[in-house]
Amino acid sequence: MRRITGEIRAKLIEAAGVSAYFDDEESLLSHSYDATPMLQAMPEAVIYAQSTNQVSAVLKICHQYEIPVYTRGAASNLCGGTVPVHGGVVLVTTRMNRLLEIDEENLTATFETGLTTKALHQAVEAKGLFYPPDPGSMLVSTLGGNIAQCAGGLRGLKYGTTKDYVIGLTAVLPNGEVIHTGGKLMKDVAGYDLTKLLVGSEGTLAVITEATVKLLPKPQATSVMLAYFDDMYAAARTVSKIIAARIIPSTLEFMDHGTILVVEDYAKIGLPTDMKAILLIGQDGHPAVVEEDMEKMRAICMEEAREIKVAKDMREAEELMTARRSALSALARLKPTTILEDATVPRSQIATMVEKIAEIGAKYNVRICTFGHAGDGNLHPTCMTDARDQDEIERVEEAFEEIFAAALELGGTITGEHGVGIVKAPFLEWKVGPAGIEVMKGIKRAFDPKNILNPGKMFAGQTRKRVVINR
Amino acid sequence: MKTKEIQGKMPQVEKTPVTRRLQDKLNYDELSNCMRCGFCLPACPTYRETGREASSPRGRIALMKAAVDGHLQNGKQLEDQLNQCLGCRACEPACPAGVKYGELLEQARDALEDHARHKVWVRVLRRFFFHFLFPHPKRLRWLGRLLIIYQKTGLQWLLRKLGFLKLLPSYLREMEAVMPAAASKGVAEQLGNFIPAQGKKKGTVGLFRGCVMDVLFTETNINTVTLLSEAGFDVVIPPQQTCCGALHAHSGEREMARSLARQNIQAFKQREVDYIVSNAGGCGALLQEYEHLLEDECEAKEARWFSERVKDISELLLDHGPVEKWGTLEARITYQASCHLQNVMQVKEQPRQLLRQIKGATYVELFEADRCCGSAGIYNLTQPEMSARILDEKMKHVRATKADILVTSNPGCLLQMKAGIQRAGLSDHMKAIHVVDLLAEVRQKGESRY
Ligand SMILES: Cc1cc2nc3c(=O)[nH]c(=O)nc-3n(C[C@H](O)[C@H](O)[C@H](O)COP(=O)(O)OP(=O)(O)OC[C@H]3O[C@@H](n4cnc5c(N)ncnc54)[C@H](O)[C@@H]3O)c2cc1C
Ligand code: SF4
Ligand code: SF4
Repeated sequence: MRRITGEIRAKLIEAAGVSAYFDDEESLLSHSYDATPMLQAMPEAVIYAQSTNQVSAVLKICHQYEIPVYTRGAASNLCGGTVPVHGGVVLVTTRMNRLLEIDEENLTATFETGLTTKALHQAVEAKGLFYPPDPGSMLVSTLGGNIAQCAGGLRGLKYGTTKDYVIGLTAVLPNGEVIHTGGKLMKDVAGYDLTKLLVGSEGTLAVITEATVKLLPKPQATSVMLAYFDDMYAAARTVSKIIAARIIPSTLEFMDHGTILVVEDYAKIGLPTDMKAILLIGQDGHPAVVEEDMEKMRAICMEEAREIKVAKDMREAEELMTARRSALSALARLKPTTILEDATVPRSQIATMVEKIAEIGAKYNVRICTFGHAGDGNLHPTCMTDARDQDEIERVEEAFEEIFAAALELGGTITGEHGVGIVKAPFLEWKVGPAGIEVMKGIKRAFDPKNILNPGKMFAGQTRKRVVINR
Repeated sequence: MKTKEIQGKMPQVEKTPVTRRLQDKLNYDELSNCMRCGFCLPACPTYRETGREASSPRGRIALMKAAVDGHLQNGKQLEDQLNQCLGCRACEPACPAGVKYGELLEQARDALEDHARHKVWVRVLRRFFFHFLFPHPKRLRWLGRLLIIYQKTGLQWLLRKLGFLKLLPSYLREMEAVMPAAASKGVAEQLGNFIPAQGKKKGTVGLFRGCVMDVLFTETNINTVTLLSEAGFDVVIPPQQTCCGALHAHSGEREMARSLARQNIQAFKQREVDYIVSNAGGCGALLQEYEHLLEDECEAKEARWFSERVKDISELLLDHGPVEKWGTLEARITYQASCHLQNVMQVKEQPRQLLRQIKGATYVELFEADRCCGSAGIYNLTQPEMSARILDEKMKHVRATKADILVTSNPGCLLQMKAGIQRAGLSDHMKAIHVVDLLAEVRQKGESRY
């Protein structure tokens, strides 16, 4: 990789504008990290993107001189996705945050990708519309980051994730060319689906500058309840029973005992702290259907739950959802370093997986709490540790390696929504196999032959040896 | 996830005296507690104005940590960033990991202050205000008298007339224009040190009268006492009390702040008070934090005694003050929160509820009422440009409320709002007032019209 010399610097400043180009120490330092623990690397320059044209001009120069470019939204990702491991330019999108259009006839929204998820939610909901993807980080995360990571959220079970909503993109290729994919069309099969390919591409294929997403009518009613269980398996069985009863709830979230303790301590919403598991169950839609589904689910829960609490009103419902969203952050209060992982298993295997995680935690003597999206099998085993304790950190890493292996063994995957980035790169081959890796590398070469976009991510120098190899 | 294999390169620079001081004073656990999730970004006014990560809480913490970890070459930029921080602490309630940003900010400023080489005039001014003036109520009162002479003798009128004030930077000029009339006698000189409860006694309250508060806003102190006594409290005003030390603590004079804290604790400890009440959010917040300010000292227990008793006036009035028995006031009222009152003392709803209870009045919520107005202690003097940007944004929303009365609960905010009203050309349509003064007015007049 080349360095930014005086000459290149001058060209970049010309392309970006003086007010958008920074290479003072504080700017570099404050773009050396994202929300991933224990990862940090210094860029050589920070550019605040203003427009597609400007991004294109910047990329042309970087392409010519082979300068790495790391696209960064709110840097809330947990896989090292925006850490500039090879120096170069960090391209920040947060100033590109205009909501361009809400098309009420076609039910779409078009925006610049630096817009925050929450801002889009508020704008469309004000018009009685609905954009379902709601990652826990939506207050800060940018839609560009959501798209690049294919973010999921609490409503994923019923409504799917980001990929199910993005229908059109404007993106700048590494050589500076601008492409438009998809559009406001609900049907479009012209050629390979580049839109879908860019969703989840983790900033390695193109810089996405604008996007069009489809919207739904806002559900008329929402209802939420909590079910408390003395036994984790009972909670897991309840999840299976709900699905088996042909109900698709809008929310079906799970917290284990450790998480309950911490969330309660933080949010003080009166969760009973002697429970082994809690399910947060929600439904939205037509009021009559919501009522009926909630009643059915309540009956199913009653079979094994110790207690059930239905939110009285929207405010209480929102409080419960917010508490669940803050689970990770609340766990972060326990110890200085919080490592959150993202293993996913088929939902029938949730109880087994949670049990396995607990066993593995005990085996390596590390503290791991688990919460997650029970409805879609996406679990977040989260370890509270301290980066300064080298010995413990090594045990944590070994434990997580074993957890990924266990997830795969149960027919799951190494990441359900947080992406590969740096952190999961050594494990990607476990999931997709050597042939899968080759196809992916081929796609990367086709988009980015000089490997300037987010280099060092997704594909590891070396794949980790599987600790358990029997599938 | 083998971190050793993927750790990126960070510059390792030699520690300077400044970074070593930071290393000594900053709480490393607290720095590490920040998980860099970014949840605090939307709450931060300086991040909103600049859009720059380095001007966000997450960025500032990262810079502090970089200094301690030896990745930061030049402490100057860190210092600039910390100066630009309002200290409004809106980032704290937003932080799910519970990072105590205010503590880190104080520690860092303390470390930098120990090392600061201020220009001579800044040094003189700092000494004058922080050491000579604020800790000494008598001297403040003298200054108040000078101010009265300035205001009453026509000197003010003359200087204004002659256009002399135009020589001042625009910001100071605006402040001069809204400066309230100073009083020659403070609350205790006017009412004595003990004011008995009216009717059945509910308890004893110690009044924290503040330093500048008691000179420039004596009326508010008097109203506070009257309302409290009417609500059934014996009010004592311990004469030995002094400045709360907030400005000191926030400007890196932690030692001075500690010594003021000790003096205040002693002053109130001698009296059997159930509550220590403040009517300035900025002071009250620090009073509540004495416990932490003195935590590694032998006075820690006394400090806890003190901190536990601190309440904001609106808390006591809401529980005990019979607003419903007072007169009516036909006006549109809105409320600008004091940052420290809501973010540190967690007093959010009480002032609003009091205002809602006023008969005849319509309460309108100010959009982003919980966002800092840019006053922030002496921030409006040290960072006039950023302060003015934040104020202008605030006044846009204030204008939109179409309120007749803008209520605040902290003297700094009150002055800032007055200046803002002038700046925005709203003087003919609205006035700014302290919540206590408004309530006193409602109580006294019984009936009043705007
Ligand atoms: C407390 C917390 C809770 C979270 N909860 C969830 C959750 O429920 N579900 C979930 O899926 N994730 C969650 N996350 C992870 C993270 O917030 C999401 O991945 C989010 O989508 C990242 O958005 P961002 O704007 O912060 O992107 P960044 O972190 O800035 O970037 C993420 C990746 O996207 C790339 N990128 C960013 N913008 C663009 C663009 N315009 N064009 C091309 N590439 C781009 C970057 O290069 C990087 O690889 C959580 C994180 C935290 C800290
Ligand atoms: S919200 Fe708290 S933990 Fe998150 S970045 Fe801000 S200070 Fe750090
Ligand atoms: S105290 Fe206020 S200005 Fe300072 S970082 Fe926190 S939110 Fe921003």
